[in-house]
Amino acid sequence: MDVSQYLEIFLDETNEHLQNLNTQILSLEQDPENMDTINEIFRAAHSLKGMAGTMGYKRMQTLTHDMENVFSEVRNGNIKVNADMIDVLFQCLDALEEYNTNIRESSDEGTNDNGALIKRLNVIMNGSEGEGSDKAAPAAQEPTKESAQAASADTQMFRQIKLNENQQNVLQEADRQGKNVYGLTVKVQESCILKAARAFLVFKAIEETSEIIVSDPSSQDIEDEKFDLHFSLIIVSEEELDKVVNAAKSVSEIEDVVGGVLNMNDVNSAKEPDEEEEQAAEHQEAAQPAPAVQTQPAAEAAPPAETVQTQPTPQDQAPAPAAAPAPAAKKNTANKPVVNRTVRVDIEKLDTLMNLVSELIIAKNSLVSASTMSGNSSPAVNEQIEYLESVTTSLHESVMKVRMVPIESTVNKFPRMVRDLQKKLGKKMELYMSGEETELDRTVVDQIGDPLMHLLRNSADHGLESAEVRKERGKPEVGSIFLDAYQDGNNVVIEVRDDGNGIDTKAVKNKAIERGVITPEQGENMSEKEIIDLLFNAGFSTAKVVSDVSGRGVGLDVVKSMIESLSGEVEVKSKLGEGSTWTIRLPLTLAIIQALMVDIGNEKYAISLGSIQTIEDISPADVKLVQAKEVIQLRDLVIPLVRLCDILDIPSKKNPEDNLVVVIVKKGDKLAGLVVDELIGQQEIVIKSLGKYISKCKIISGATVLGDGEVALILDANTLI
Amino acid sequence: MEELKAVGETTQFIVIKLGEEQYGIDIKYIDNIVRMQHITRVPKVDAYLKGVINLRGEVIPVMSIRIKMGLEPDVETKSSRIIILKLEQHGTIGVIVDEVKEVVTLENENIEKMAYDSKDEKASFLCGVGKCEGGLISLLDLNSVVLEGI
Repeated sequence: MDVSQYLEIFLDETNEHLQNLNTQILSLEQDPENMDTINEIFRAAHSLKGMAGTMGYKRMQTLTHDMENVFSEVRNGNIKVNADMIDVLFQCLDALEEYNTNIRESSDEGTNDNGALIKRLNVIMNGSEGEGSDKAAPAAQEPTKESAQAASADTQMFRQIKLNENQQNVLQEADRQGKNVYGLTVKVQESCILKAARAFLVFKAIEETSEIIVSDPSSQDIEDEKFDLHFSLIIVSEEELDKVVNAAKSVSEIEDVVGGVLNMNDVNSAKEPDEEEEQAAEHQEAAQPAPAVQTQPAAEAAPPAETVQTQPTPQDQAPAPAAAPAPAAKKNTANKPVVNRTVRVDIEKLDTLMNLVSELIIAKNSLVSASTMSGNSSPAVNEQIEYLESVTTSLHESVMKVRMVPIESTVNKFPRMVRDLQKKLGKKMELYMSGEETELDRTVVDQIGDPLMHLLRNSADHGLESAEVRKERGKPEVGSIFLDAYQDGNNVVIEVRDDGNGIDTKAVKNKAIERGVITPEQGENMSEKEIIDLLFNAGFSTAKVVSDVSGRGVGLDVVKSMIESLSGEVEVKSKLGEGSTWTIRLPLTLAIIQALMVDIGNEKYAISLGSIQTIEDISPADVKLVQAKEVIQLRDLVIPLVRLCDILDIPSKKNPEDNLVVVIVKKGDKLAGLVVDELIGQQEIVIKSLGKYISKCKIISGATVLGDGEVALILDANTLI
Repeated sequence: MEELKAVGETTQFIVIKLGEEQYGIDIKYIDNIVRMQHITRVPKVDAYLKGVINLRGEVIPVMSIRIKMGLEPDVETKSSRIIILKLEQHGTIGVIVDEVKEVVTLENENIEKMAYDSKDEKASFLCGVGKCEGGLISLLDLNSVVLEGI
């Protein structure tokens, strides 16, 4: 079977399972007795094993199999969870992650067998009572056993399969030849995604020993995944029933297989309601699927489309009394809506959609101006245009929302990281997270992980004191790190906070002087805040010892530049002895910014509102010359003037005697006054790249399409200072 | 344009006019042909780069073949068009032409490779000459038209 088409799903699912395992094992460490957690871990490990097996990744399968065995033992109460075991399990997860990365890159799992890990897993298992290893083998079937007890209550749906004459003849022939006729109902796990693939494997397993006469739904429907969680088969076999059932059960992610012997009386009597039903069906629709597919008993008179696996009527039960399918079937339909219906979409497709939406908005704007131009503004037209306007606006919003994902996927790995840090640094600490559901643009979420990780490591390594010091200072021995995310207007704020030592500005200053970043004289005049900002300088680290956690001098400067590349900002507040707070502020989406639109000559330009300080009206008489450069004096500050019309090679529309409109922009501590002709106003703009073909022009950072379809360029104020 | 294909095969060209001369552009590179529209000037770039336009929400650079080839600057008329080219190396680029005439299908045997003439400045932008009923068509070598800075 070609499984390559499932590779993407496999990788995504594996990631989810691994993340889940990480979280669960962490909580297991806190609460080793929690059966729910253990069951959840077992389930995730089991699914992982099944998936890896289906995809043919043997090494991954072996490792997960052994992990699963350990959990099986834990579940049976044969071994207790201890710290050593948790460590080994985490290492296993790391190894699995490595497999996953390899698969993602080369669609091959690599050659690392992780023999050492498997050995340790086995040691853990054998370290329990002697029976551990015996139990290990059937571990894979653990869930099936459990539910097998409930089998009698479970449905034997195969008894409801209707047979046509040919099939009956085949069965009777087999019966005469002394072969056994069995019915099987297979239940696939709810969490299984590749249901068709599982069913295929079940078919294959059964066909090794038996002949499949009928399947319900038809094999074609099963192949197309047109079945819920159950499918039923009638087979002819020379083997024992148990053997066949076990063969089917050995396929992973199969929750249960119920088998039973069908005697010919059953088969025959099944015919009666069938006929009855056929007559009724003629009234409705003669074009029902072949009789092999189970159809709804007529008494219900339900629409034919809903026939597969609905609750049978008493009439139907009477000739097949062995099972009581009603409760199970009910449960099944009740469960269905709980499953989240989601579609995975390539982000490029969303970009295309977004472009089409902006185009629609532009088209709408042109329509508005066209209708006012022609003077043909009947109330009806206006009303429709207003309606169109509200539709396009909500369309725009929905598409933006589709691109948003919760930061959960990124921050979920941090508890595990903090746990590892705790071991490595020998400090006690606890991570508290809130606001994981805060949503951000997908691209931002993907890139925010590394900066946050740096900050957390920083807090753990530099911020928090060791347990002894904390005790001395009267703080709780266990240090706390907080990660809080929340939305604030058009921004999302992520705060990393610790109750550690805070930033020692004196130490920072001394270090900076020592490193030659500042001179001692400069150091004298610096405010606390300025000193803290020194931390963001490249190659600056105050940790006295270089550890592999942090202290290599890369970190904060990288954090800063990464966040700035996402159009965000980062700032620190700190109080010596009480802790520090790092605040990251990010725009909700990258593609849209608030900008000031200005006129220069006959052209329109946009300046990002983020870099603008103030806007001033300056008389030409106030412009002074310093070293042949124009400057203005503003509230005791001397600010150089930049005449944009000169820089952009365009003649100004304005009279030299008129007052100048100056936009004061800021980059770091530096200010500059940009002289423009006129202000148009504030506007939300969609940033578009100019493309690599026009990359020479440094002062333009991009372009945007205005409401009237015209293109306006976005000035990069940073390059003008 | 890569080397021309084997004899017997045909290649389709769009015939455009720059002044009185006819030029052919291989149809496989053409994404779209749009009417002349307002071009937003981009400052501080080479003169042949006329600026950018909005093509269905995408911002696309537009260049002038005329300026690039050292001809008279473009005069915008009713028949002026912007041909949107999709090139592997450079992405999407628009070029301004005086007029788009027709699509011709040339037998490859009717395409003559240009004997390279280093003295003729324009020649380096061509990759061949095609013969058809409408006369001779100079076939543009798009990569060199688009690529070289002046």
